[in-house]
Amino acid sequence: MQPLLEVNALTMDFGGLRALDHLDLDIKEGEIVALIGPNGAGKTTFFNCITGIYNPTEGDVMISPPGKETERINGIKPNHVTERGMARTFQNIRLFQNMSVLENVMIGRHCRIHAGIAGAIFRNPATVSEEKQVVEDSYRVLEKIGLEQYVNEMAKNLPYGAQRRLEIARAMGTDPFLLLLDEPAAGMNPQETKDLDELIVKIRDEENISILLIEHDMKLVMSLSDRIFVMDYGKKIAQGTPEEIKNDPVVIKAYLGEEIDA
Amino acid sequence: MATLDEIKKSALASLWFMFLTFPIMVIRVNTVENEIEWRWTNLLFIGIGSFILSFVWRYMIKRKEIGAKEADESTDIKVSLGQRLQEDRRIYMPALVFISICAIAFPFVFSMYQTNIMITALMYVILGLGLNIVVGLAGLLDLGYVAFYAVGAYSYALLNYHWGLGFWTVLPIGAALGALTGIILGFPVLRLRGDYLAIVTLGFGEIIRLILENWNAFSFGPSGIANIPRPGLFGIELSLHQNIIYLYFLMIALTIFTIFVVNRLQASRIGRAWIALREDEIACQAMGVDKTKTKLTAFALGATWAGMGGVVFAAKTTFINPASFTIWESIIILCVVVLGGMGSIIGVIFGAGFLILLPEYLRAVSEYRMLVFGAVLVAMMVFRPGGLISTSRSPYEFEKAENSKRNA
Amino acid sequence: MEYFLELFLGGLTRGSIYALIALGYTMVYGIVQLINFAHGEIYMIGAFTALIVASVLTLLGWPTLAILAIASFAAVLYSSCYGWTLEKIAYKPLRKAPRLSALISAIGMSLFLQNYVLLAQTSDFLPFPALIQDWEWMEPWAHIIGTPEIVIILVTTTVMVCLTFLIKYTRIGKAMRATAQDKDMVMLVGINVNQVISFTFIVGSATAAIGGVLIASHIGQINFYIGFIAGIKAFVAAVLGGIGSIPGAVLGSLVLGWTESFFTGYISSDYEDVFAFVFLVLILIFRPAGILGRSETQKV
Repeated sequence: MQPLLEVNALTMDFGGLRALDHLDLDIKEGEIVALIGPNGAGKTTFFNCITGIYNPTEGDVMISPPGKETERINGIKPNHVTERGMARTFQNIRLFQNMSVLENVMIGRHCRIHAGIAGAIFRNPATVSEEKQVVEDSYRVLEKIGLEQYVNEMAKNLPYGAQRRLEIARAMGTDPFLLLLDEPAAGMNPQETKDLDELIVKIRDEENISILLIEHDMKLVMSLSDRIFVMDYGKKIAQGTPEEIKNDPVVIKAYLGEEIDA
Repeated sequence: MATLDEIKKSALASLWFMFLTFPIMVIRVNTVENEIEWRWTNLLFIGIGSFILSFVWRYMIKRKEIGAKEADESTDIKVSLGQRLQEDRRIYMPALVFISICAIAFPFVFSMYQTNIMITALMYVILGLGLNIVVGLAGLLDLGYVAFYAVGAYSYALLNYHWGLGFWTVLPIGAALGALTGIILGFPVLRLRGDYLAIVTLGFGEIIRLILENWNAFSFGPSGIANIPRPGLFGIELSLHQNIIYLYFLMIALTIFTIFVVNRLQASRIGRAWIALREDEIACQAMGVDKTKTKLTAFALGATWAGMGGVVFAAKTTFINPASFTIWESIIILCVVVLGGMGSIIGVIFGAGFLILLPEYLRAVSEYRMLVFGAVLVAMMVFRPGGLISTSRSPYEFEKAENSKRNA
Repeated sequence: MEYFLELFLGGLTRGSIYALIALGYTMVYGIVQLINFAHGEIYMIGAFTALIVASVLTLLGWPTLAILAIASFAAVLYSSCYGWTLEKIAYKPLRKAPRLSALISAIGMSLFLQNYVLLAQTSDFLPFPALIQDWEWMEPWAHIIGTPEIVIILVTTTVMVCLTFLIKYTRIGKAMRATAQDKDMVMLVGINVNQVISFTFIVGSATAAIGGVLIASHIGQINFYIGFIAGIKAFVAAVLGGIGSIPGAVLGSLVLGWTESFFTGYISSDYEDVFAFVFLVLILIFRPAGILGRSETQKV
């Protein structure tokens, strides 16, 4: 089966600095894949390269949305990446702080609806029903993520854990086939992390969305992932199942000082 | 209560400002007669004024800090004045009726002069609402807004001069030309970061003004264009007084139209995208919003209203020249938006009311108008960046959704 | 050839003045990432202070050289004080606010200061005394370049050299460079960031004041509005060279000075001011990082 996302020899240079060095990675349908590595290994840069925020120096990013042709998406704009069905969250929460929780998700639906200026001004029946649909769809997403009690709250007034979940909800609003989560558990307490674990599995099982996540919480990574990719200094140093990674001497060396407890 | 320490601080501030303003406030040199005028009373005013203001300044800063802390601690939502006005029908309906009656009666009760002032204020409401789309909603600081205003005014003046086109024909043409200029200018510059965008739009504004000033064959240069006809009413001859009343109602209609459109845009898919773009550009793009297109719509729509305003302006004054379209005009409009509250319709109306009407009625202070505008911009940014009337997004209703959940 | 030389030197003079103002923009931008829109006004206030002091002393019958020295000193002193106060009032409370807020505040300050001078003094152009006397030995070259031009170029060069020394080798200069790199880190190693920022405003304002005195005595008249156009042009120069870079500001100023000089000399003087704006728009669109600036990658 064609992998949903296939990255070949992805390289990114910033001036003289090589942040990513011929990185390969692939995700198959229905998988939860984790990308781990010490701080500064280039994980977030990798996300930025495949979501169109940076234009990679070399290599290919190929996507094969279910039921669609394979396409090379290097260098296309971030909004076009999202339109094609790959949505992301941000490590340092980047919500629309002064918009309500629901509106945040509604922005996610933006690229799935079409009302233009004329529609906005004249409110023709098509626009009205579309808007109603958007509100309902967005509410459904919030229900799934468990944020429905905050619907009309401003995003900035949400507790920290809920803000992290809203990041996921907003990305889900775009109807992705692949969700890219950048450290979704950062700063969460053990209970919140446990809930997140369940949530991610639920998203995969019930919504049929595959997941690629960057995470530092090894416990979470080991319990969630089908496969793990390990990066250091922009290079892939290992890949395999959680069991294989746990016992890989190269990985242990890279994490020297950092414990892998699972 | 003012403690000794605070008095000392204020005294120091007062001394500092007396020193700082000494050469410019106290000494005036008459270079023709070779005399020096010493204005010591000014020094006294500055001393006392800055003593008092420094108390006010510290009080306001303290209040802002406390306010920020409270907002962090409490999660309950404070209902703002603007929100109350919008939501509570018991206040909202009678207020609307009252305002409508006042608006209709105004030109018949007050003099022609007063009506004229009101027309000017309404003009700024329209321009402010237009700029509000760009600055308040989409968060793009446009300092060349007046360029589109000029495009509108000159398109009426020139189309009328060369081909005799009337007001009503040119109104949509002016709006369209404004939008077109907005798109042409916006396309290359909207990739720029916020502060650069501000300076480039300022540059564009000045370029257009300087071209109007220098290209005599096209725009008649600094002397401008006179005898622009007032708006017609099905070919009926109107006296000057009637004409002003007519123009007044026309402005009222245009204002209502503008409020209607902006209100609807704000609550639409596009309006949401504007606000999201203002909040976080990168996240917004990553959520699938086309940045360039969204910015361009905001820019073009803002320009449309400026173009329309320009046509009305030309028709109102019957004479235009490049001097009406300086950068300071853009800044006055910006001031209207900032004072009232960026992104808030009621805010803009209040802002225009304050800034345009107050100096007109308080003739004594009209000299200090621009000085006060400058101070207002600084003070608003420092103390109340949200404006006098804070924005409120109307919540969405979900009865149906909630029921379905309960049933499930 | 002689005409060319005249235009070349004219451009150099113009460029020198722009450079003195552009330095303030670039240093402030380098440290707080803010376009100090009111910077042109500081320059204007410097020129006004010099005019007032010079006029008073002239009426008292002081010797020219003493007047020049005292007037320049007063201009530098007052401009620095205004720059310092401006930062405290309009920018310091907005350190953590969005960039747009600080910019709007800066525009407000610019408007305020212009009208303050307009109301306290006059809206007319005031004649500025010719403080720089012609040197006799310059006589043979007077048709190509006058004494004031020479003085302007010399003073600018001196200021540049001093400034480079200040930033490269002194303690405060190092602190400035460090602050420009990373404000939080600098705070951790115990540098007082507020002091560094204040100092930057003071230095920038002082150089602008020097520019103000030189240009005013060269052109011979000033009014409250001179700061706006000069400020915009200096800003163009700073952006052209790469905002945040000090050699860039100088280079950009010279390029702008020469282009303006040759353009008005050979083609047309009608659109002199349009030219700077067109230049600005073009640079920002095609090379926003400027000649010497490095393009930055946005952090996500």
